[in-house]
Amino acid sequence: MTSKIESALREAADRLPDPPDPAGAVSALAERASAEGMLDVAYATVDSPLGPLMVAGTPRGLVRLSYSQFRDDEAVLSDLARRVSPRVLEAPARVDRVRRELDEYFEGHRTKFELPIDWTLTRGFTTEVLRATAAVGFGHTTTYSEVARTAGSPRAVRAAGNSLGSNPMPIVVPCHRVLRTGGGLGGYTGGLERKEFLLRLEGAII
Amino acid sequence: MNLPPFQALLDEHRVDVFRFCVASAGPDEADDCFQETWIAALRAYPKLRRTDNLRAWLFRIAQNKAIDLHRGRSRRPVAVEALPESVSAPDERPSNGEPELWAEVRRLPTKQRTAVFCRSVLGMPYSELAQLLESSEDAARRNVFEGLKKLKEEWNP
Repeated sequence: MTSKIESALREAADRLPDPPDPAGAVSALAERASAEGMLDVAYATVDSPLGPLMVAGTPRGLVRLSYSQFRDDEAVLSDLARRVSPRVLEAPARVDRVRRELDEYFEGHRTKFELPIDWTLTRGFTTEVLRATAAVGFGHTTTYSEVARTAGSPRAVRAAGNSLGSNPMPIVVPCHRVLRTGGGLGGYTGGLERKEFLLRLEGAII
Repeated sequence: MNLPPFQALLDEHRVDVFRFCVASAGPDEADDCFQETWIAALRAYPKLRRTDNLRAWLFRIAQNKAIDLHRGRSRRPVAVEALPESVSAPDERPSNGEPELWAEVRRLPTKQRTAVFCRSVLGMPYSELAQLLESSEDAARRNVFEGLKKLKEEWNP
């Protein structure tokens, strides 16, 4: 049973003002959090020809990039909260540099990413494989076995494939440049059509 | 134990927290109350050991920030209004939905004020309200009851 005063309160609450301009208030919060060293993970969605990308950075650099249509943003953010820090805030201004470099790359004006990378999410052999991959230049390709060899374990070809599949920063760490020996495309997190798109963009395939 | 991304908490509760700030700190202090609440929450967040009472935890912070701001305000000298040469500007703030009612709510003792808002407006269960107020469920129930009783007596629309 609801008393008259309770209904009055509920009705009055519905007419209370909303928080000040959502984006404005939230970005003010993110800026202040950043100034006080509490913005551990800043993220935003960036548009691209491959669909929306979720990009996340720490004060050290880019830590995660994912295809929103392929991997649920919520799951990716929960994973970041668990593995990096729960202080995760949407802060588009904090990922401006990533957005700019990605835009330039997709427009064909950039052949090398220069933004700093935070390797927190990778360990051991995977880090070695991804670093070897990061050294493969724009428009070039390599093979799973070549990457395994550069990473120091020539026989761990399958493991190298798994490492590439778990790449937390596709596009920027160009796992799309790694193909099967003999020229087969292999696999890609985000779907093979995206791998093909990137290789075509770079002129590596026609 | 996995804490959700802080942004999820912000998205879920920002409107309610802001309304609570307007109701308990007043429309002029609401923006500050809102910012201070979220900054304090962000500061303490990684050390939280439970995730089943996040809303109660958050509103306890908001309650305390509203008290701080209220105290700070009563100590601060009040600025003298501009010379009354021109006609005073119309109030530019959006409607506060029954400002007199919220003024009455603000006159309630802290626990009753929080209890009335969280129960009547947010429909918070008594078990959660008890966590927020750091009291027993019976005490939480009494705070709601006493608060509503006073409002009934004081408020005449």
